[in-house]
Amino acid sequence: MNPFISPLIPEMATQEVQLNETLAHLKTESETLKSKLEEERAKLHDVELHQVAEKVEGLGQFVMKTRRTLKGHGNKVLCMDWCKDKRRIVSSSQDGKVIVWDAFTTNKEHAVTMPCTWVMACAYAPSGCAVACGGLDNKCSVYPLSLDKNENLAAKKKSVAMHTNYLSACSFTNSDMQILTSSGDGTCALWDVESGQLLQSFHGHAADVLCLDLAPSETGNTFVSGGCDKKANVWDMRSGQCIQSFETHESDINSVRYYPSGDAFASGSDDATCRLYDLRADREVAIYSKESIIFGVSSVDFSLSGRLLFGGYNDYTINVWDVLKGTRVSILFGHENRVSTLRVSPDGTAFCTGSWDHTLRVRAICSLI
Amino acid sequence: MTSNSNLSNMRRLVEQLKLEASVERIKVSQAAAELQQYCLQNATKDALLVGVPTGSNPFREPRSCAVV
Repeated sequence: MNPFISPLIPEMATQEVQLNETLAHLKTESETLKSKLEEERAKLHDVELHQVAEKVEGLGQFVMKTRRTLKGHGNKVLCMDWCKDKRRIVSSSQDGKVIVWDAFTTNKEHAVTMPCTWVMACAYAPSGCAVACGGLDNKCSVYPLSLDKNENLAAKKKSVAMHTNYLSACSFTNSDMQILTSSGDGTCALWDVESGQLLQSFHGHAADVLCLDLAPSETGNTFVSGGCDKKANVWDMRSGQCIQSFETHESDINSVRYYPSGDAFASGSDDATCRLYDLRADREVAIYSKESIIFGVSSVDFSLSGRLLFGGYNDYTINVWDVLKGTRVSILFGHENRVSTLRVSPDGTAFCTGSWDHTLRVRAICSLI
Repeated sequence: MTSNSNLSNMRRLVEQLKLEASVERIKVSQAAAELQQYCLQNATKDALLVGVPTGSNPFREPRSCAVV
């Protein structure tokens, strides 16, 4: 109790005491609920994923070669996304440039210079007719892609999202009409592209939100986000409610990606591990780590069947994990600086990585030994 | 008054924890089995896992063909 409250205002003193008691009561209640949550989750932890997968045939040796190197950015590549046509790629860089490439031919089809540096987020629209990007400008802007190569894309730019800190990630939903964003301001938000209106905001992270991923469309209206508070949160897009939360990483979560069936998601963190969380078991079910891997994971993605998890690391490598068995099946080299972004192509035939070495590399399987 | 905002924050936290506690869960053994089943069912379509017939991968090195 505050000893400095004047005895002339006893009412205030009583209120203060009541407030502190209620606060203490709520604190105890929250601690009890947290332990109960852990208890309930632990009860169902009857086996490890890799134990269930013991009888599954192991994977052979992989040889994945770089098939295309996309050169043209003048500084660190921070983000990339595939077009649904499986050949075009949009990438964004620290120097403020956003480039659209034809990955088959390596030709640059469009280039936009943003008014800010550190364009940390970019995304291709489902129609393939527009791209979204943003970063230190705290905004997410949409650029319709013109068939006329001479047209100035910047003229048609549409400002959609406004955050109070940097934009860390963005993604169109099932259509070109809505965009989901995450920000250093600790929130995620859903926007209407045409009007720029905020449709829903998502509060719950205690620090910068660094990444997000939408659930595969068959699974319904949810998405997962990861942040500097070490938490991965699953959200209901309609209500804005956080429906599940996972806190097992020991540092910032830089990347989250849904398992192709939508029943689980993987995360990559500065704690040098990737983890798999099953949504129906409501817990972490696998950790992908090695004592020799000490650098943070910047980005993760699954192969089409979900059997392989690709992780881009700050030590310039890509580690490929057997999702079921928990073992590393391959380590890929080639980049000359941090791998900052990684995405598997829409039909799963290749994957692309972007790096602080200014390049993007498209890799496909070469042969099985 | 800071205590009031602390109070509403705590109330929100308790409500959130109650919501998370009420989630229906299944056993890890069942969840793991279903993850595994999905992998195995889709393995043949996974080009990065099993490869694709030579010639059909759009990202292969371009080869010259001879017209007979």
